[in-house]
Amino acid sequence: MNLAQRVKATTLNPVKSVIAENLVKTYDKGAVKALNGLSLDVEEGTVLGVLGPNGAGKTTTVRILATLLTPDSGHATVAGIDVIKNPDQVREVIGLSGQYAAVDETLTGWDNLVMFSRLYHLSPSASKKRAEELLEQFSLTDAAKRPIRTYSGGMRRRLDLAASLIVRPKILFLDEPTTGLDPRGRQEMWGVIDSLVKDGTTLLLTTQYLEEADQLADDIAVIDHGKVIARGTSDQLKRQVGGERLEIVVESQDLKKATEIVERVSGGKALVEESARQVSAPVTTGSKALIEAARSLDDAGIHPLDIGLKRPSLDDVFIALTGHAAEDKKEEEVVDPKARKRKKK
Amino acid sequence: MKYAVSDSLVVTKRQLLQLIRIPEVLIFSTIQPVMFVLLFRYVFGGSISTGIPGVDYVQLLMPGIFVQTVAFTLAGTAVGLAEDMQKGLIDRFRSLPISRSAVVFGRALGDSTLNIVVLTVMGIAGFLVGWRPSSGVLNVMLGFAFLLLFGFAMSWIGVLIGLSVRSARVANAAVFIAVFPLTFLSNAFAPTTGMPKPLQYFAEWNPVSTMVAGCRELFGLQNIFGVTANSWPSQNPLEMSLIYMVLIMAVFIPLSVRKYINTASK
Repeated sequence: MNLAQRVKATTLNPVKSVIAENLVKTYDKGAVKALNGLSLDVEEGTVLGVLGPNGAGKTTTVRILATLLTPDSGHATVAGIDVIKNPDQVREVIGLSGQYAAVDETLTGWDNLVMFSRLYHLSPSASKKRAEELLEQFSLTDAAKRPIRTYSGGMRRRLDLAASLIVRPKILFLDEPTTGLDPRGRQEMWGVIDSLVKDGTTLLLTTQYLEEADQLADDIAVIDHGKVIARGTSDQLKRQVGGERLEIVVESQDLKKATEIVERVSGGKALVEESARQVSAPVTTGSKALIEAARSLDDAGIHPLDIGLKRPSLDDVFIALTGHAAEDKKEEEVVDPKARKRKKK
Repeated sequence: MKYAVSDSLVVTKRQLLQLIRIPEVLIFSTIQPVMFVLLFRYVFGGSISTGIPGVDYVQLLMPGIFVQTVAFTLAGTAVGLAEDMQKGLIDRFRSLPISRSAVVFGRALGDSTLNIVVLTVMGIAGFLVGWRPSSGVLNVMLGFAFLLLFGFAMSWIGVLIGLSVRSARVANAAVFIAVFPLTFLSNAFAPTTGMPKPLQYFAEWNPVSTMVAGCRELFGLQNIFGVTANSWPSQNPLEMSLIYMVLIMAVFIPLSVRKYINTASK
């Protein structure tokens, strides 16, 4: 493709940096289906969040796209290169970091970055320079000469991420980049990822945190049992679940009266959670419903502890789509402990 | 691939850096063989007669302990690789655009380099307790080169084990069970003549025995310690050892590289 054609193709039809079609992967001779016809794509320069519970197939997907694993069937390209036929070429353009990619813990941060730079075939002096830049970029300069095993979880992840950015990959795969980090570590990671995205890196990110997908991804693919079960922007997905809900929290003794009011305003059945002293119901008239409810409560002499319109969270989306919460992992663990062990490996 | 050699060397360098960052590993991997030298020299040395006038046990012992030590190279290789697998480092290496054999070649090379240090320390320890090779500098150097090559060959068996087991602890246990008997069912520490007949044959064909006998020759001793069946390996230990080493490498290098490429692609 020459440049003119390329520009034309880009404007008419955005370039897909990552395409996966009908990926199937089974473990233990078919006993465990990790991927069951998974298809997805990532547009150049955008962030796709792959959201799903443990065991949904997130890591398997990333490992296939990063050439670490061969699918039983299906087809995948990264930057237009077939991952099964030309894995070596794919490795030239990708970066991989996450829960399973790793660094050498006995070596220092500096040692690691120089080593990986050398393995990306930078010259010794260029490797040192790049290591210095990355340590600076990820605020690790002070810890450069310390062994990784003395790093905090957040620092370790940042170094891991830095190691995957040595040659400024066109496409970056991050497999659960913040799993196991404390809130501060997570915030730091988000900041780092955010700045990468601003620089135009195409990113495929897996996560089991809805908040994370909401925060970082342009587009979200929800997967469960090895399949994409929903796809869209965060807003689109929320709309799929339904509109806004009116939510009121009152004192226990007012609960019955408040329920009547909410049902009248909503015109539908209210959901009452007695322990939370909360009444909620779907509404279609937005703030008008809110004002009406507030007025009626006031007329009835009830002072709500909280009142508001709630838009569905991605949590609600996930529960609506899959029938179970996103961070619920018990099911998979019971099914086949052996398969889980293998995945951890 | 044009980077095959330099990629391997980077991986080797990483291993040597590890030794600098955690010097305990190097210290303990040299203390153990030195301890063996001292134990065997002073515990058995007094009661085992070599049957050769003027040659005491330590002359026969040192080649035996050298071979035992380099045979155990595969333990270090297997455990190191199993650890890298467990920690996900192998995944990272596999996601890099490097030569497919670089990681395993680098590892085998690194373990051989470690052997240079270990053998040097052991040689000095041996000298201090009376070991005096009588064959001249050139033959002694040749003997050490022979030992290093054996260690290199053995570490390829370790590569395959390390990439195949589920954890480093399993690797360690598996290797110990396999190698320990092999080093004792040989002529390394005692004459094979005392063993039951079937074991004598096994001991004579054992690569450890041919290596030990070969090294004894190169260090200037006559090969008479435990030849009972006059089998070809005991008559031609150097040739037989070379054949073993070539065989091991011919089988295990391709298997190991293939295993590395396919390691997680089950």
